[in-house]
Amino acid sequence: MIVVACVKQVPDTTQVKTDPVTGTLIREGVPFIVNPFDSPALEEALKLKDKYGFRVVVISMGPPNTEVTLKKALALGADDAVLLSDRVFGGADTLATSKVLAEAISKLSQEDEIAAVFCGRQSIDGDTAQVGAGIATRLGYTQLTLVDQIQELDLPIKKVKVRRKLEGRHEVVETPLPALITVVREINQPRYPTVPMRLMSGDSEVKLWNNSIMELPTELIGLEGSATQVRKIFSPERTEGEILGDGENNPDEAARLLIDAMLQKDIISI
Amino acid sequence: MSANTLIFIVIFIISIAFFGWSCYHRFRLVALGKSDNRFKDIAKRIWSVIYYPFAQRCTISHGYRFGINHAILFWAFMLLLIANTEFLLHGLAPDYISLSKLPAGAYHTLAWIFDIASIIALLAVCSAVIRRLVFPPSYIDAKSGDAFIILGLIATLMIAFFGMHGAEIAQGVEKAAGYMPISAFTGTIILGGMSAWALETAANVFWWIHAIVLLAFLNYLPYSKHMHILTSIPNCFFRSLEKVNTQPREEFAKGNIYGVERVDQFTWKDLFDSYSCTECGRCVDNCPAALTGKALEPKELIHNIKVNMLKNGPGFIQNKEPVLSLIGDDKEGSVSEEAIWDCTTCGACMEVCPVFIEHVPKIVDMRRDLVEMKAKFPPELLNFFENIEGRSNPWGIAPEKRTAWMEEAGAKPFEAGVTEYLFYVGCAGALDPRSRHVTVATAKVLNAAGVSWGVLGKEELCCGDSVRRLGNEYLFDVMAKKNVKLLKEKGVQKIIVQCPHGYNTLKNDYRQYGADFEIIHHAELINSLIEQGRLKFNGNGDFGKVVFHDSCYLGRYNSIYEQPRKVIAAVTNKEPAEMERNREKAFCCGGGGGRMWLEESVGDRIYVERTEQALKEEPDTICTCCPYCMTMFEDGLKDKDSEDSVRVLDLAEIVAAALE
Ligand code: SF4
Ligand code: SF4
Repeated sequence: MIVVACVKQVPDTTQVKTDPVTGTLIREGVPFIVNPFDSPALEEALKLKDKYGFRVVVISMGPPNTEVTLKKALALGADDAVLLSDRVFGGADTLATSKVLAEAISKLSQEDEIAAVFCGRQSIDGDTAQVGAGIATRLGYTQLTLVDQIQELDLPIKKVKVRRKLEGRHEVVETPLPALITVVREINQPRYPTVPMRLMSGDSEVKLWNNSIMELPTELIGLEGSATQVRKIFSPERTEGEILGDGENNPDEAARLLIDAMLQKDIISI
Repeated sequence: MSANTLIFIVIFIISIAFFGWSCYHRFRLVALGKSDNRFKDIAKRIWSVIYYPFAQRCTISHGYRFGINHAILFWAFMLLLIANTEFLLHGLAPDYISLSKLPAGAYHTLAWIFDIASIIALLAVCSAVIRRLVFPPSYIDAKSGDAFIILGLIATLMIAFFGMHGAEIAQGVEKAAGYMPISAFTGTIILGGMSAWALETAANVFWWIHAIVLLAFLNYLPYSKHMHILTSIPNCFFRSLEKVNTQPREEFAKGNIYGVERVDQFTWKDLFDSYSCTECGRCVDNCPAALTGKALEPKELIHNIKVNMLKNGPGFIQNKEPVLSLIGDDKEGSVSEEAIWDCTTCGACMEVCPVFIEHVPKIVDMRRDLVEMKAKFPPELLNFFENIEGRSNPWGIAPEKRTAWMEEAGAKPFEAGVTEYLFYVGCAGALDPRSRHVTVATAKVLNAAGVSWGVLGKEELCCGDSVRRLGNEYLFDVMAKKNVKLLKEKGVQKIIVQCPHGYNTLKNDYRQYGADFEIIHHAELINSLIEQGRLKFNGNGDFGKVVFHDSCYLGRYNSIYEQPRKVIAAVTNKEPAEMERNREKAFCCGGGGGRMWLEESVGDRIYVERTEQALKEEPDTICTCCPYCMTMFEDGLKDKDSEDSVRVLDLAEIVAAALE
């Protein structure tokens, strides 16, 4: 059985600035990282591999340099990595993206049965949390979002029981496999690659699936297949509140000012 | 040939054969270790043996005054080695070999020396026994049975010596009687009234006691802690001739093994070290981890390596699997993961170890196994490693923030050919709000002295010290290569470093990567600027009583002790106050070896302990030269509610504040 983990390579948002004129992200010179929400998704897939011996396939849609991120996943123990990369995939919104990913997963399902697909709850650049749901819809899988614990996996009857982390409460749900599971970061502590695995992943191959392999009609993918488009990105003006002190250079003073302010407003008391 | 001689020859041959067999079985295990060239510079090595074991510099150093007792015993032992060799040879061939066949002058002198040496040895044994029973120091296993067996054997040997010679003197057969005061005393006072037959028997009995005990002692050695009698002198010969302030590199290629998981993955010298431990406990007496109740005890660690080798070694020779894990079996002969992570790599153990055992590389080797082969480490480190790997600093702060202090200090980018020094600011100096003040102060001092300097700004990368000490050699290797390449490309030749960890890494670790920059710590540079008269002080630097704390990586790792003290004296017109543990024996702040990034949940906090030691001197200012020490003391003062009465300043801040 296959467990799929979807990962996304994102710009390191702490180092991203927006261009005040064009309103777009300045991506030049910004390092790329694995979407931090996706690492626990991969980890959860790898844990199932450790326990049940599933084959873990990690997939990602993105530009060719996404290979680096996929190699990292191989170093962590993924068995295969598939990179969905083609000019015609570019400019995709969540709808078009989930179509390509869903198609890739259904191609994988021809190789072997899929037990589950793991995604991070959302990406740190788009923040939509729609791709996981989109994949589930297109594949007809049950979707379990915001999962913080896999409680039971019953392979003979093909059922999974998970705990979802909701605001102020937990929800335990059970569903037949295959399922699409999006995870929250609390679900696990991702592993660190061992050196032999790193060295091995350096030589192993990331499979490149472009559209001549995927054979998707261009009107369904990329910019053309997208229902939405980003017009502008900007930091909203602060309309209220005030910044106390200079937390960056003088954290002690800033903390003192904050405490005083909170005392004054009766938010805290001594 | 008499029956006595015949029996003795048989016993002697059996004993020597057994001793040889024991030694063979013990030492062949050492050969299991990996290679390590310890034969370079033979002249220096011979000098080491003369200076340390023979002059007993090893035992009386570092204020261990009782070491003098060991020195006395050692020298008595050395002299008696000649006496005992003669004794054994005489026993084998009584008619041919005897000291008495020497010219009278030589014979009498030797007889006198041996007699005196024997009584001195006996007294030294007595005082050792009294010390162990009456005022045992905390760092030795005072009631160890092994120690009493050995002391008992030596004492018996000495008593038998006097008994034997005393009886001979009483019999009137000892020609050197006049030169053997103690034996003569035994002969006349104690054995004086005995009959000729009784004297003959006594002489015989004492001779046999002496012979048997001597051979028993020899055969007991390889099985006891006193094996160090056999190994410590060679261990001093094979010691590292340079300070152990770096770690060996690893070769990264497929199929290689990283770190040490099995005892035979240590070097032969590591294994030999484990045979050389004298169990003196000095390492424990100076280890910040052991003294604050952690799982790590350096002595125990070495002992466990030895036990593990003894248990697994014979099997390894026959390619069998280990019967006891080196790491993580909760048994004697196995080192706990907790202990491996407890070490601050402060080097205090290595500094005081009389037989030059190298603890830190062994600990880092085991960390390498955990990190590189098993990816098994305290959870806090995951973020740390990822931050370093992703953003080249421990906190994961965006690299362009490294320039935040530059405007205030008027810092300019380094330009080859134009700027003389690169000021390598370091992660803390650039990104930690408290340490940024130190950076600004250093810059102010450099400007005041007219030093030409520049920085790399946001291009500066983490040096990788913690990464290496935490055993992530793979990551360190990547970082070191990048840094050396960057520095060379920039045309850097001289580098000022204000963090002892960066200093040590650039200076000692990067040498393995072909770096040959001139590295200078700001304490050294400021001291030489003062000596050159390039800094003028206003004379009213008010720092109150200043106590100076030695950073491990500046002091023990790089022998920079006096320069910062001279700077303080120049600025304040007063020598700094000293804590009881200072210079070579300074107590670590707890932040080295990557411990800065780990929780400290067991036992007392090391930084609190060191802060208490500083507060004992009732200082107004604690002066450090290291960003980790700075953080540790500031935290410690908060813990002790003293942050308002005592302040922590970096040396550069003291100097900057006192500038004219
Ligand atoms: S280096 Fe320091 S902390 Fe580590 S064992 Fe030695 S004395 Fe203890
Ligand atoms: S390791 Fe060195 S300092 Fe520690 S007990 Fe053994 S001989 Fe003494």
